[in-house]
This record gives sequence, structure tokens and C-alpha cells, in this order.
Amino acid sequence: MLLAILRRVGQMFFVMVGISMLVFMIFFATPGADPASRIAGRNASPEILEAVRKSFGFDQPFYVQYLIMMKKIFITGDLTSFVNRGWKVVPAVLDTIPVTLSLVIGAAILWVIFGIIIGTVAAATRGSWLDKLLMILGLIGISMPVYWLGEVMNLVTQSRYHDTWMFSWVPPLGYKNLSSDPKGWFLTLIIPWITLAILYIGLYGRVLRANLIEAMQEDYVRTARAKGLSETRILLRHALRTSLISFVTLFGLDFGALVGGSALLTEVVFDLHGVGKLTYDALQNLDLPVIMTTVMYASFFVVLANALVDVVYILLDPRVRSV
Amino acid sequence: MLSVRDLRVSFCTEQGMVQAIDGVSFDVAEGEILGVVGESGSGKTVSLLAVMGLITDPNAVIEGSIKYQGRELVGLSAKDMRKLRGREIAMIFQDPMTALTPVYTIGWQIAEQIRAHEKISAKAAEQRAIDLLQEVNIPNPAEAIHLYPHQLSGGMRQRAVIAMALSCNPSLLVADEPTTALDVTVQAQILDLVRKLQKNYKSAVVFITHDMGVIAEIADRVMVMYAGRIAERGSKRELFSEPQHPYTQALLDSIPPLEGKRPHRLKSIPGAPPALLHRSTGCAFAPRCAKRFDACVNMPILTANGHDAACFKVNPI
Repeated sequence: MLLAILRRVGQMFFVMVGISMLVFMIFFATPGADPASRIAGRNASPEILEAVRKSFGFDQPFYVQYLIMMKKIFITGDLTSFVNRGWKVVPAVLDTIPVTLSLVIGAAILWVIFGIIIGTVAAATRGSWLDKLLMILGLIGISMPVYWLGEVMNLVTQSRYHDTWMFSWVPPLGYKNLSSDPKGWFLTLIIPWITLAILYIGLYGRVLRANLIEAMQEDYVRTARAKGLSETRILLRHALRTSLISFVTLFGLDFGALVGGSALLTEVVFDLHGVGKLTYDALQNLDLPVIMTTVMYASFFVVLANALVDVVYILLDPRVRSV
Repeated sequence: MLSVRDLRVSFCTEQGMVQAIDGVSFDVAEGEILGVVGESGSGKTVSLLAVMGLITDPNAVIEGSIKYQGRELVGLSAKDMRKLRGREIAMIFQDPMTALTPVYTIGWQIAEQIRAHEKISAKAAEQRAIDLLQEVNIPNPAEAIHLYPHQLSGGMRQRAVIAMALSCNPSLLVADEPTTALDVTVQAQILDLVRKLQKNYKSAVVFITHDMGVIAEIADRVMVMYAGRIAERGSKRELFSEPQHPYTQALLDSIPPLEGKRPHRLKSIPGAPPALLHRSTGCAFAPRCAKRFDACVNMPILTANGHDAACFKVNPI
């Protein structure tokens, strides 16, 4: 077990070093990419360019610049923005993490619960009108772009129907701190959670249904029937348990990506200042230290999510344990 | 004990109705071993799955009568059938590699079956599982109950499946080619085990196989099936010493002889079994039969005098 954890940590280290070098190269070392001229502006004189280059340390060799940046992110934590000089980047990213985590974890709980319920009910009633209805709803959920759905949600809950009994409880957009205002935190996030989860509920429900139907054709299900078990028990204890393995794989990938900043569109629509929003803003004005830091953070979470998936695998599938 | 009369199983397909079982009748007496032989697609498995109520295909139509200890099973509610299955009638499947759920220990799976039919504590069920594994000669049963299927060899898994089938002391055991997926030495051990358990538990066994050698080893009575019908049935001695149906004769001829000169090539039956969709109205075996004659364009009727065959050579009408 300790060895497995160490291997994971090592893996995480390599992934992060690789990604950081790649991102650094793209913005600093590709031909034509001159950060100094970008910072100095379009019509800057050569003297100003030179001054900028010196002031930001671009006159040093690449590896020195890279190492200084890494040191400032991980050791001293005092990396400052290129655009907004003096603005500390690392605390800014750390501030956004609770927002993104609140959004994504809440949505994940919703989509796992409803994905499992919808997939199982559809598989159990395969071919019936209920199954068809659920699958069509799932398809609609997958097809709706999250930025559009979010805007519609806002239109309905913030403006058109806000003053009716249905949505008068919905607070204005923005994030409330969990520790100081738990009720506000919960209320502001309900609509974003639902919006983000709908796509994944549809997707996971459909995938699980397909897996369950495949599992119900397996020999061990016939054995379970021959044992005289009820159909419900066969579906839940035998077929669902084995089908959850691919469900978990999918979950690890999606969860890692969302925590890493893929929830950007939801964050923008609902005015939540999360990691995605921060990265998006940094990309708008090419604020390299911020991009670098958020990328580091994202790759850390993707690797962490995959490590967690491996742990869940071990719990779910005994065949993995002996390897 | 089990009495099947004029069983017909057909499946609706896009090309029309496919008659998989076409009027099969047989009896299984208390404590006997009935061997069912036939090629793939001859309907031997489907007919027994019908007895178990395990044909889940919604397009299947089952007609006829299946009586178990006087009780009609065709049309029995799913709930009542479930109570019978696993407790009164148990089944062993062909491939032990896939017959057990991979994510549970074998002890858990055996206990699950016991607790589905009897009100006993988890602890008592576990003890029963240990005893059962002991009975099927699995070494270290107290530890073996904690093993997962993938940690066992094929022979051991089949023993675990047998232990599970026997867990509620069924009076009828259906074994669907339980030795086909195993190598020959393990095959012999499993056959010995089935025979020994059949004596101890006094259950009747229906043993499905395509291997005449296995039948010779284990069966009391034999039923030969061809294209969804019974070709010949009788006691093992009668059937092996004086086979009446040309199909049975051909099957026996294709076994390599143990004594005498080694044949240059083994005899085989020319042709392949007929497609289920386009059944002829005559004897299904006629196109492959060396002894066919004019009468074979009609459907032969199975005689009814103990050792029966469905052939115009035996029963000219």
C-alpha cells in the first residue's frame, strides 16, 4: 500500500514537471513568443522593451527563468502577476479553490446519485415507456450546452419567475463563504449544481444502462437466477456491482477535469470566481504566472482524482487487489 | 418425479417462428441419472432451461406440460418458480470460469443461496458453506470461503459451483455440460464427485453432454436428441449394446475403438444438423442418414416400449 502511494506521488511529480515545462515552453520559448513585447505594448520603443526585459528577468537564460518561476510557485509562494504587478498569484489561486471544489463536488454528488438511479431504473424496465422516456431525457440533458442552460436557469430563477413562490428563495449570483454563511453557500449553489450535473446525469445514466444490460447477459447472472434470487437482488447485487467499475473510470476522468478548471462555463454564467474563471481571465490578458499556477494546480487534481479512482477500483474489484 | 410432456419451445425471430424444441417428452425418476446427448443446437440445453424456467427471452413461447412432483411448472408465477429454483431444482453450468460473480467470495455466493431459501443466520450459512466445500473436496474449506473466483482453478471453481448447487439439498440437479470446459483428469474427478454426491444426497441428476464417453461413465438412462426432438431413449446398457436409431449408431461408431487395429480415420457423420428455420416435414436426420429410404419423407414417431427410437427402420408404419 505504501509503495502504491509512493508510486502515485512520483507519478504526480513527473506529470507536473512535464506539464509545467510544456506550458513554459509554449509561452516563453516558442519562436515569436516574446513576453517582453507583449507586456510593453504594441508601439513600445526599443529602450522600453529593454527595460521591461530586464525588470521581468527575461534577459536570463530559459532554464533560470523556469527554475525561478517554479521556486516562486512552490517554495516561496510569492509569484506576482505580469499584468497587475505586485498581485500575488498563489494566494489568489488558493482563494478560488474552495469555490470550484464546492461547485464540482456538489454537482458530482448529484450526478452520481441520479446517474445510478436513472441507469438502474432504465435497465430494469428495459424496453418500456419509462426506459424510453428516461433515455430521451438523458439525451436532451447531454445535448444542452451548459452556458445556454445556465443562462436559461438565470433568466427563470433570477428574473422572470424570481418574484413568484417558486424561486423567491434564490439569492443573487455570486459565491458565499461556506464557513461564515453556510445557508447562503448552499442556496447560491443549488442552481449551479443542477445546471452542471444535468449533462453528466444524462451521460452517466446512459452509460450505466448499457453496462447493466450487458452485465445481465453474463453467465453469472444466469447462475444467480438459477439460485432462485429475485430479479431486484440480481440487478443490484450482481449486475450493478460489476457495472460500477467502468462508471468509476469515467467519473475519475470527468471529476479531475472539472476540478482542474473545466467548469469554466458554469463558473462564468453564475459569476462564481473559481479556478476556471481565473484561468480564463488570465488567458484573456496572457498573464503567464497565473496561467502557470492554475495549470500546475489542475494537473495536480487530475492526477489526484485518478489516484482516488484506483483506490475505489481496489474496493470494487477483487481482481485488481492481487496484482 | 419430473415428467415432461410434449414440450415445445419456439422463438419469434425476424424470419418467423423458430421451433427449437418440437414435442419432447421424458421422465426423470427419483435418484436416477438421465444422460442427455446431442450435437450443439439439438435443443438439449434449451429443454432443460425450460424446465428451470430460465428462458428469459421475451420472444420465447413455451408450450406443453412440465410436472415436478405433480406440480405444473409451465405458467407458474415467477415468484413461485423462484422458490423452487435453487432449493428443489438446482443447476450446474458449462463454463465455471464465468458462472460465478467475479466480485464476491465463493463463500458469500454459497451463503447467499442458502439464505435466499432458508431463514438462518449469516454465521450458520457460512458454516454450511464450509461443510459443502469440504464435501466437494476443496482443500482448506475454512479459508477457501474467503477466496474470489479468479483465485481458483477451473476444476476448483466447478467444485464451488457444484457445492453451491447442492447447498439447499435439491432433489433434482441439472448439469449442463459441467465437464466440457475442463481437462480430462479434472473431468474424471468431477464425474466421480457428481456420482458420489448423487448417492449421498439421493438427488436425481439430468446430465447434459455431447460426449458419449461421459454418458457411458455416469448415466443410468440415456436420451439422444437431434434437431429439437428425441431420436432415441433407453437404458444405458440397451442403448450402447443395441442402438436402434441410425444417428445413435453413427455417434457410437465415431468413438475411437480401444482394442483391435487402429482405424486409419475415425468415422464421422457427413453433413451438419439442419438449420432450425427451415425444418423439413420429414425425418430431420434423413439428409445425413446412410439408411434412409422412401418412408423418411414423413415424420417418424417415437415408440413407447422402454427402449424407443424415432425411426421408420424400427417402427415401420
